[in-house]
Amino acid sequence: MTGPSLMDRIGPAWRAAAGTGMSRRRFIKLTGASGLAVGLVSAGAAGAATPKRAGKLKPGQQPGAFVHIDPKGVVTIQINRLEFGQGSHTGLARILADELDADWNDVRAELAPAGEAYKDPAFGLQMTGGSNSIQNSFTQYRELGARTRAMLVEAAARKWNVEAATVRTRAGRLIAADGRSAGYGEMSEAAMALPVPASVALKQSSEFRLIGKPVNRLDSADKSTGRQAFGMDMRRPGMKTVLIARPPHFGGTVAGFDAAEAEAVKGVDRAIRVDLDRGATGVAVVADGFWPASMGRERLKIEWKVPAELPDSRRLDAEFAALLGRDGLPARAGDLSGMAGAKKTIAADFRFPFLAHAPMEPLNAVIEMSGTGDGRRCDIWTGTQFQTIDQATVAQILKLKPEQVNIHTMFAGGGFGRRATPTADYLADAARVLKAWLAAGRSEPLKLVWTREDDIRGGYYRPLTMHRAEIGLGEDGRIAAWKHTIVSPSILKGTAFEAFLVKDGVDATAVEGVADTAYDLPIAVSVHHPAVPVPMLWWRSVGHTHSAFVMETLIDRIAREAGRDPVALRRDLLKKHPRHLAALDLAVRKSGYGAKTLPAGRAWGVAVHESFRSVVAHVVELSIKDDAPKLHRVTGAIHCNLAVNPRSVEAQIEGAVLMAIGTTLDGAEITLRDGAVEQGNFDSYVMPRMPDMPPVEVHIVPSDDPPTGVGEPGLPPLAPAMANAIFALTGKPVESLPIRL
Amino acid sequence: MASFKVNGRSVTADVDDTTPLLWVLRDSLNLTGAKFGCGVALCGACTVHLDGQPVRSCVTPVADIDGASVVTIEQVGGDRIGRAVQEAWVEKDVPQCGYCQSGQVMSAVALLRDNAAPGDSDIDEAMEGNVCRCGTYGRIRAAIKAAAASLS
Repeated sequence: MTGPSLMDRIGPAWRAAAGTGMSRRRFIKLTGASGLAVGLVSAGAAGAATPKRAGKLKPGQQPGAFVHIDPKGVVTIQINRLEFGQGSHTGLARILADELDADWNDVRAELAPAGEAYKDPAFGLQMTGGSNSIQNSFTQYRELGARTRAMLVEAAARKWNVEAATVRTRAGRLIAADGRSAGYGEMSEAAMALPVPASVALKQSSEFRLIGKPVNRLDSADKSTGRQAFGMDMRRPGMKTVLIARPPHFGGTVAGFDAAEAEAVKGVDRAIRVDLDRGATGVAVVADGFWPASMGRERLKIEWKVPAELPDSRRLDAEFAALLGRDGLPARAGDLSGMAGAKKTIAADFRFPFLAHAPMEPLNAVIEMSGTGDGRRCDIWTGTQFQTIDQATVAQILKLKPEQVNIHTMFAGGGFGRRATPTADYLADAARVLKAWLAAGRSEPLKLVWTREDDIRGGYYRPLTMHRAEIGLGEDGRIAAWKHTIVSPSILKGTAFEAFLVKDGVDATAVEGVADTAYDLPIAVSVHHPAVPVPMLWWRSVGHTHSAFVMETLIDRIAREAGRDPVALRRDLLKKHPRHLAALDLAVRKSGYGAKTLPAGRAWGVAVHESFRSVVAHVVELSIKDDAPKLHRVTGAIHCNLAVNPRSVEAQIEGAVLMAIGTTLDGAEITLRDGAVEQGNFDSYVMPRMPDMPPVEVHIVPSDDPPTGVGEPGLPPLAPAMANAIFALTGKPVESLPIRL
Repeated sequence: MASFKVNGRSVTADVDDTTPLLWVLRDSLNLTGAKFGCGVALCGACTVHLDGQPVRSCVTPVADIDGASVVTIEQVGGDRIGRAVQEAWVEKDVPQCGYCQSGQVMSAVALLRDNAAPGDSDIDEAMEGNVCRCGTYGRIRAAIKAAAASLS
């Protein structure tokens, strides 16, 4: 059974909830999915009138909110996603431009602010996650391009007094049958004043000029020259910088504080007690610039009230391990009757640590209040994956309507899930600081900055997770029964996503990749969701970060017990899954697995896994050097259906490989001691670096089917492929990450 | 008060002596190309050239650089090697999120100034201090080699 993965389920669930009234209202309330009018975004939009509401078209289908063509023909496209490395900024522009028949050299892209038009068409909230940017907006952006083109054609036909059907387009030009022609820029103003066609014909895939062709990113040059502005680079007139002294324990509060020394620092304006995320309190230091704020924060004397519950890694490990011996909530029923007659058994326990996302750009936000009375507005400049949730949360804190909160989406220096918090934590904190600042009679804009230590210690980790598998093998080596137990705290209970992704108590994100495995197995899965007082969150590829490791290393152990080749066994168990087979076969063939002999001391490792509707297979060549795994080569293959920009797909797989390598490195682990996080910066929370990156080759299975996810699926199969190579070399299975030999 | 040059311009920093160069660049001079990533010289996002040498500006107090000459990512394309590196970066489509890339470019330029044809181990050594979370290392390696080739 291959089920849709985490985020895929939100769409259908949301649509289902739409019929139930209560849930839907709750969803709207929690996500801020209220009716926001969105006008044109590009300033000075000469060719852009207010979008015409055509019949039944939704805001997200109206070209006026997405496309602006200036008189010179420069096409500016609004991107309804955060750009934080994944390349959707270029990819979505490319999709729209293809149907628009634009000249790619004239195309620019901008990140859209929070707004109704920019909500994910499947989810009803504005978000970047679940590897959905291209897959969920592919048809949307094609239709937007086609509608815009149809309006340009109509405008030209009227001007030239010819039938629209006789007007052709080519690379940004309109051409009449008699040879007259005009650039898009010349017709844009007239075109945008026309009604928006409700239905438009889309190209056949054979007609694509841009989609499917590799292209460099639109932002490569700005990002190579320091010109690209990120949230951290935002500046407003009179702006102050804020650092917050946060409690050393999750949920801690300020019992008292002395700010005299802090406020004596030149450049420090004042220190204010503030409410923080999840009931904590802290002290915000407001200053002219980062350094005074930092010096001020160091000089605060704070007496902290320690919360009652102090999570500790050693204790959590013992508690989780104890739960492995008990049946949890059923996540998948399976016939285990074959266990009794099993000739061989495999028993294995796995452990995966808390992980911080650690995007290179620490969290930050610039927040500003202006206006009075009903004209009050709050502006926020930040890189976020959840604009409408943030908007609703900030509005509630500041007692504004969501439409009074303007979120300007800034390019973000990575995120990996950390900027998609159902609690809107860092923006809620910014709003609370602003509230305290306003209450103190001040009005300057504030820039809230997290230091790296704030980030590493700030929670919202990939949850600590354990698995236990008991597998019975029959005489012929066939899998007779597989009992699987997972212990993983729920990241969704208590959030707006609970109604959609937690069913019968089972958080889908904890069991994905096991309960919905593509392998044909007699597997029964149960799960425990222990309550742990640590903020936890999705982390690039979510549950698949651990489930793929468990499943793929177990398949190799079964293969060894059964005397089978690991690739051949996978092919047998995946007979009904042609996309899995295509990715696996492509990676295997390109790697030389089974065909070429490796140097002594080197072994192959193979893994294949589906996540976010795509399948990725990795084949690695690995040796062991100085008691650590050394990767020599990675050959990856992805089946993501149509690859909109193959160069970007390659980049995402390369990046996912590196991030997965990071999870194997000694020191890639967050631990708690008596409630305090033991790591703080990149010395103690280890990052993969240049020498850790092997040569990576990426191959794409050709397909014309609608695109599936790309940002995450490359990650899950890499670490297990490494573990399988280690197993082949040492005979000892790897049962935890990071890898310690 | 320290006086130094930034991208050829004379600057006098009226800040506390302990203030790292990074914050003078970013907060006082509005040169935001050098990035804040870790604050303790562990990630390289803040790399600039100080009298031609790559330094981590987040741990370089302004008091220590009186009379020195600083070049940042905003200016490094003004010379032949800097321009070649940036062109190679674009050609190889190196950046993903892009946040670390200013520092990567500055380290790569410094490497190519010392070593016209760096091998893999030279690149490992010169670039190990620059963290990229997105995994662009392979393309950085290719871009450095492409820049070296274009300069030879």
